[in-house]
Amino acid sequence: MKSLYLTAAAAALLVTPAAAEMTDGKIKIGVLNDQSGVYSALGGTGSLEAAKMAAEEFGGKIGDAPIEVVGADHQNKADIGSNIARQWYDTEQVDTIFDLTTSSVALAVRAISDEKKKITMVTGGGTTELTGKACSPYGFHWAYDTHALAVSTGGALVKAGGDSWYFLTADYAFGYSLEENTTKTVEGAGGKVLGNVRFPIGATDYSAFLLQAQASGAKVVGLASAGMDTQNQIKQAAEFGITAGGQNLAGLLLMITDVHGLGLQAAQGLYLTESYYWDRNDASRAFAQKYKERTGAMPSMVQAATYSAARQYLKAIEAAGTDETEAVAAKLHEMPVQDAFAENGKVLANGRMVSDVYLFQVKKPEESKGEWDYYNLIATIPGEEAYMKAEDSGCALVK
Amino acid sequence: MTMIFGIPIQAFLGQLLVGLINGSFYALLSLGLAVIFGLLRVINFAHGAQYMLGAFVAFLGLKHLGIPYWAALVVAPLVVGAFGALIERTMLSRLYNLDPLYGLLFTFGLALTLEGTMRWYYGASGQPYSAPAALTGAIKLPFMVLPIYRAWVIVASLVVCLAVWALIEKTRLGATLRAATENPSLVQSFGINVPMLLTLTYALGAGLAALAGVLAAPIYQVSPLMGSNIIIVVFAVVVVGGMGSILGAIVTGYLLGVAEGLTKVFYPEASNIVIFVIMAIVLILRPAGLFGKEG
Repeated sequence: MKSLYLTAAAAALLVTPAAAEMTDGKIKIGVLNDQSGVYSALGGTGSLEAAKMAAEEFGGKIGDAPIEVVGADHQNKADIGSNIARQWYDTEQVDTIFDLTTSSVALAVRAISDEKKKITMVTGGGTTELTGKACSPYGFHWAYDTHALAVSTGGALVKAGGDSWYFLTADYAFGYSLEENTTKTVEGAGGKVLGNVRFPIGATDYSAFLLQAQASGAKVVGLASAGMDTQNQIKQAAEFGITAGGQNLAGLLLMITDVHGLGLQAAQGLYLTESYYWDRNDASRAFAQKYKERTGAMPSMVQAATYSAARQYLKAIEAAGTDETEAVAAKLHEMPVQDAFAENGKVLANGRMVSDVYLFQVKKPEESKGEWDYYNLIATIPGEEAYMKAEDSGCALVK
Repeated sequence: MTMIFGIPIQAFLGQLLVGLINGSFYALLSLGLAVIFGLLRVINFAHGAQYMLGAFVAFLGLKHLGIPYWAALVVAPLVVGAFGALIERTMLSRLYNLDPLYGLLFTFGLALTLEGTMRWYYGASGQPYSAPAALTGAIKLPFMVLPIYRAWVIVASLVVCLAVWALIEKTRLGATLRAATENPSLVQSFGINVPMLLTLTYALGAGLAALAGVLAAPIYQVSPLMGSNIIIVVFAVVVVGGMGSILGAIVTGYLLGVAEGLTKVFYPEASNIVIFVIMAIVLILRPAGLFGKEG
């Protein structure tokens, strides 16, 4: 390591001052996600703020090159996301794109970034395709994916006797991926899937779908959706007496911002999987507190992961001594991740950042000691078990 | 088991009822829009925002002032109605003599401003609001579990829709109102304060939206986005019913709610576009809408 620094220093002396190593004199991070719709609470401007916090830790610059963080709203539409990405890369000197909530948009932007040889660090999108068929030497996936969610939540519930499932699935890439992965886990553990229904995202009224789930008689109703869709489903499931009738609800992607929106009264007892919880250790608490002072809310795992990914990206630039894509991507692949989000995280050959994920159960209102005290830790699933091995991911980069 | 169109009759009846519940919201919202358009010739794009404000008044009233649900049913429409009156008096009324496009643009801007403001304060994730104790729980019907609250929504919406229709079509006040829009200067010459009538009409429309908002609060999350999610559908309802036709708006609201509910059984993926498909077909066959007057 020391010799590396020496070489870098020597090279710097030989060639030019530090700023000149940056391709255009500055480092510009774009945070592209849903800033107004159903997923804006779990990512949104919170992710933008988290990326800014990472930049500030570096004093706002690396060498002489200033770090700039910009954000935009893709409205969960792949065409809008693609247009913004092209504009950012072509005319606004954006070096990399972060967050990319909504898998369909993430996949579209990933393809454009590949073509333009730019690094993407997905923290909001969840489909395993990002590190599978659509993997890229410059593409990274932080926070979570549908495989990890399925292994953790699906596996735990089948073990607890929930061996027949019915899915309420969001009608797009992420929903399919989550349903498919969970189905595999459930069937692998000896359970069976009785049926599914696919709803358009942002449907707001789910009673028709919930009635079908109820009529199926499945022991577990798996909600393969996210954000406000899932919130409304949980609220309305209570109304139609789904849980009172003996069926269990599994929020396959539920984050703390959703639980906060629902309130403990409606959310208590739910099982869910996250890769970050603010009240886990000193580092996570310190980051969360700082984040809350700026935004008024605790960070979701997507927001915390955006901070982690931005920090790692900037560290990689520092280590590489340049923001040139190949060099930074190589550093990102080799450096361990150690921060408020992950302990001993590592990046696999397919771009997947692997760290522990946690199965939580939402506390009862009387157990909670205060605002944002929401989870009981049920199990810690080591990253190697939660995520697919790079060899099995279907990524062409892995031999 | 008896089957109908290849699905069990139980499921069919259940979906029919669910469709009626959604139809209740469509009817209530499109009613307000139809009243405002029919009498003021203003396309009120802020209707969704006023619906959202109604839900927020209920939520904030309960949180900060302890106003219970039943009181909110009265308070929220009054507050939002008064706000509507203020907007109409100070801004919207200046646009009556211009092209209707200006009113549309103004209310659209107003909707964006209101939504943006609420999102700034409360974020996009929803706020919880519980149904009153008397309306929680469910009735077990032979073909489905019917939450009591949903049954209440159907009844409340039907009563309000009929009352408003009767007010405008059957009473003297309603007759004056209709006359005032046909020929304002003539009605004014009878000593009737026409601008005041128009203000009250806009306030009534806004109040109806707020009432729908309070009814919706316990079912959906109270969220700044709840209005923009529903407003486009409601516009489609008004267009299908015939712009400005009050009875048309009510009947079409229920009909489209049911059509949407049934689509959720047969082909769920299409459930959010079926209303627009129907709208396109109606516009081709009957451009003035189902209940609209030709020309």
